[in-house]
Amino acid sequence: MFTVQEAQWLTPKVRRLLVRAPRVARSHRPGHFVIVRVHEGGERIPLTIANSDNEAGTITLIIQVVGATTEKLCALDAGESIANVVGPLGRPTEIENFGHAVLVGGGVGTAVIYPQAGALRAAGNRVTAIIGGRSREYVILEAELGAHCDEVFPCTDDGSYGYHGFVTARLKELIEERRDVGAVLTAGPVPMMRALAGVTRPFGIKTIASLNPVMVDGTGMCGGCRVTVDGKMKFACVDGPEFDAHTVDFAELTDRLSTYRDQEALAWNRLHEFTEAGAAARCKMRELEEAATGGRPL
Amino acid sequence: MAALKPSERMKIPRQPMPEQEPAQRAANFQEVNCGYSAEAASTEACRCLQCKDAKCVGGCPVNIDIPGFVDALADGDLSRAADILFADNVLPGITGRVCPQETQCEAVCVRAKKGTPVGIGYMERFVADWARQHRKDLFEPPTPTGFRVAVVGSGPGGLTCAGELAKRGHAVTVFEALHIPGGVLVYGIPEFRLPKAIVHAEVETLRRRGVEIVTDVVIGQTYTIHELMKGEGYHAVFVANGAGLPVFQGIPGENLKGVYSANEFLTRVNLMGAYRFGETDTPVIKASQIVVVGGGNTAMDSVRTARRLGASPATLVYRRSREEMPARVEEVKHAEEEGVVFRMLCNPLEVLGDDKGWVSGVRCIRMELGDPDASGRRRPVPIPGSEFEIPCQVFIEAIGTKANPLLTQTTPGLQTNKWGNIVVDDNNMTSIPGVFAGGDIVRGGATVILAMGDGKHAAAAIHQYLTTGCSGNGRAKLNAVP
Ligand SMILES: Cc1cc2nc3c(=O)[nH]c(=O)nc-3n(C[C@H](O)[C@H](O)[C@H](O)COP(=O)(O)OP(=O)(O)OC[C@H]3O[C@@H](n4cnc5c(N)ncnc54)[C@H](O)[C@@H]3O)c2cc1C
Ligand SMILES: Cc1cc2nc3c(=O)[nH]c(=O)nc-3n(C[C@H](O)[C@H](O)[C@H](O)COP(=O)(O)OP(=O)(O)OC[C@H]3O[C@@H](n4cnc5c(N)ncnc54)[C@H](O)[C@@H]3O)c2cc1C
Ligand code: SF4
Ligand code: SF4
Ligand code: FES
Repeated sequence: MFTVQEAQWLTPKVRRLLVRAPRVARSHRPGHFVIVRVHEGGERIPLTIANSDNEAGTITLIIQVVGATTEKLCALDAGESIANVVGPLGRPTEIENFGHAVLVGGGVGTAVIYPQAGALRAAGNRVTAIIGGRSREYVILEAELGAHCDEVFPCTDDGSYGYHGFVTARLKELIEERRDVGAVLTAGPVPMMRALAGVTRPFGIKTIASLNPVMVDGTGMCGGCRVTVDGKMKFACVDGPEFDAHTVDFAELTDRLSTYRDQEALAWNRLHEFTEAGAAARCKMRELEEAATGGRPL
Repeated sequence: MAALKPSERMKIPRQPMPEQEPAQRAANFQEVNCGYSAEAASTEACRCLQCKDAKCVGGCPVNIDIPGFVDALADGDLSRAADILFADNVLPGITGRVCPQETQCEAVCVRAKKGTPVGIGYMERFVADWARQHRKDLFEPPTPTGFRVAVVGSGPGGLTCAGELAKRGHAVTVFEALHIPGGVLVYGIPEFRLPKAIVHAEVETLRRRGVEIVTDVVIGQTYTIHELMKGEGYHAVFVANGAGLPVFQGIPGENLKGVYSANEFLTRVNLMGAYRFGETDTPVIKASQIVVVGGGNTAMDSVRTARRLGASPATLVYRRSREEMPARVEEVKHAEEEGVVFRMLCNPLEVLGDDKGWVSGVRCIRMELGDPDASGRRRPVPIPGSEFEIPCQVFIEAIGTKANPLLTQTTPGLQTNKWGNIVVDDNNMTSIPGVFAGGDIVRGGATVILAMGDGKHAAAAIHQYLTTGCSGNGRAKLNAVP
């Protein structure tokens, strides 16, 4: 069992959990993720390790509620525990001195780029972060990123905070203004990463995207996480999850992510219809849904 | 009983294994074989001729004293039968169910020459099941030696090695990547062939013997082998991480929604319990027609699982003929009874999809058998112009696995061959002193009992290495004695 030591909401749908997992904390490097199974009978889902503290033996997870499992995970409070946490998994981010490195995070993808910031800074980069959210309350980790970045540009779709528009538009402006961007590292919704690859391609800027296919074991055993990169089949959990965004087949990734849509809806309904906690959560979700229009899963 | 004359023994027919009716079992996940009654087991035991030079023993990769345990069973001394069995095989409840007996012990039984061999596997299962219920501990706790050994992977290879080392008094920790121990026994082989409760019971027995099992640890990621031996203070390591990397055929359409590797399909259904979706959270795609490609146990398990999930037809496509299928004979028979459709001598060329990206069928080509290849089997060659389509919504590839590079890549100095399998000497020691390996990661995809044989052999070598400072091949150890 892995105890949750602290838990707090960062936005109405994004929660930060500080989890005791000393073995994972010990060997964590930026870019790594864990696979979590919340309870017996639960499914295994991948989550980026947003931060770790080797001495305290803890890792930080930042989770957006998009379905049944993430909701159950976000329902946990300090003192409760998670059945299984395995990791660190995946290849760590290849940290180099690119001169000026730009991190682009969309929604909860900001949690994925967050651990990269410090490492890039330590490697001598000038580090800029562009982070986006639907509206002001969906922009996460601005202050935390500020501690490791030279500049942080928040963006909102509705203009309620920071730059009014998509992160991709802000990135394009930055590239044109500064003319020194050596690399872009990104994580977020697939359409965003796909559009972003389109922005950097004409400039020939190295662009690394952290992909989020469906995973099961996370050790290369099932092949469920396969993605096409540069025309070749890759297993994101062991060959990635970070790949050259200019050669990723994003259309295929988008399509494969819809594989379990029906079952996911079933699981969601079940959670919400048959449990008291679900009923409470449903009320909360309804409020949220009214506050914002359209879902925006990672 | 022992008073029976050989001619009388020869007259007894092989006792059939009671099994669930095909129509009934094709719709549930309960075990197909129900197990011998005490009477059937002792009758079957009387069929054994108690050969002086018992060939069957040589046919078993771990050389179980088969006439010995069968004689005890015939005498009704189940306790003695269990002692004999467990002395050579720590997981008889598993091997009795899944060993390919027809190519191992039973293949060389003298009675196979004239008629049917003695039902060694069935009796092994009977004795093991009895022992699980009636014998809580079969082992005396040994004196601790002070040595610590890490085992990577909790499949049959790792579990056997751990059990054998614990028997000799070493402190053993098994590290397992998944959340439940058992390896292929829990994520691959389905419930209807090997109930998970049996694997869990066998694992519990090991725990009672002092073996520590730590799940959720991936060696190569959480710790490297070198960290285990230096920082964590293990004096030796046994690597049995299996051959779990699925191979895809490399045909068009493999990334359509509805294409699974057998590993993913079986893991979802067995390990994650997707056949009870609702009680469990992991989904599996529902389909009315499923095609599986392959001819081994993995293919057979996939197609029979698909059948139980409601596929009709559940079709098995294999490029050679039925005689050449490497699967256990009993599984092929059971699959056929359950209504699995066999399409022999054909091979998929392409997975077809609809406009929404879902699988809609497979295009196959018929094959004929040509000249024998290196393996001595006649090589299948495509018949030009014989393409045809099979409609389906799920297509499962069960054409084999290769070595997972996760661990080997992070272990400098660990020698592997061109397929990525770990190279070992006759004592199962790798190129790194103190690091031993066995099972599928060394052999490529093999069998449960061969992995167990490796685990047992390696445990003996590790014991020698720890206590004498040398492996049998004279390679000195590097770690200090505690
Ligand atoms: C390497 C990696 C790192 C990730 N890091 C984070 C993170 O730090 N924070 C975060 O909030 N999310 C992260 N995700 C995404 C997260 O795993 C999914 O949101 C989660 O699995 C959804 O589960 P659910 O049951 O709540 O939703 P569901 O209702 O099951 O699905 C909602 C969405 O999540 C996708 N999804 C479903 N199951 C899986 C699965 N097993 N693996 C991957 N995606 C799945 C679906 O395609 C769908 O788009 C990461 C994904 C990957 C692959
Ligand atoms: C579907 C299927 C059906 C089969 N049916 C039969 C049958 O009927 N009869 C038969 O004899 N054989 C059968 N086999 C073959 C048999 O199961 C294998 O040969 C045997 O399990 C190999 O044992 P092993 O100990 O080497 O590895 P495995 O059983 O593969 O176990 C390896 C374990 O190591 C873990 N692991 C992997 N990497 C790491 C790591 N880096 N760190 C920590 N843990 C790790 C894995 O999660 C796994 O639990 C079947 C195989 C499959 C896939
Ligand atoms: S372990 Fe397998 S091969 Fe050996 S006797 Fe038992 S069933 Fe036969
Ligand atoms: S070879 Fe057959 S008959 Fe002879 S001892 Fe073995 S099982 Fe019995
Ligand atoms: S998640 Fe199974 S291979 Fe990547």
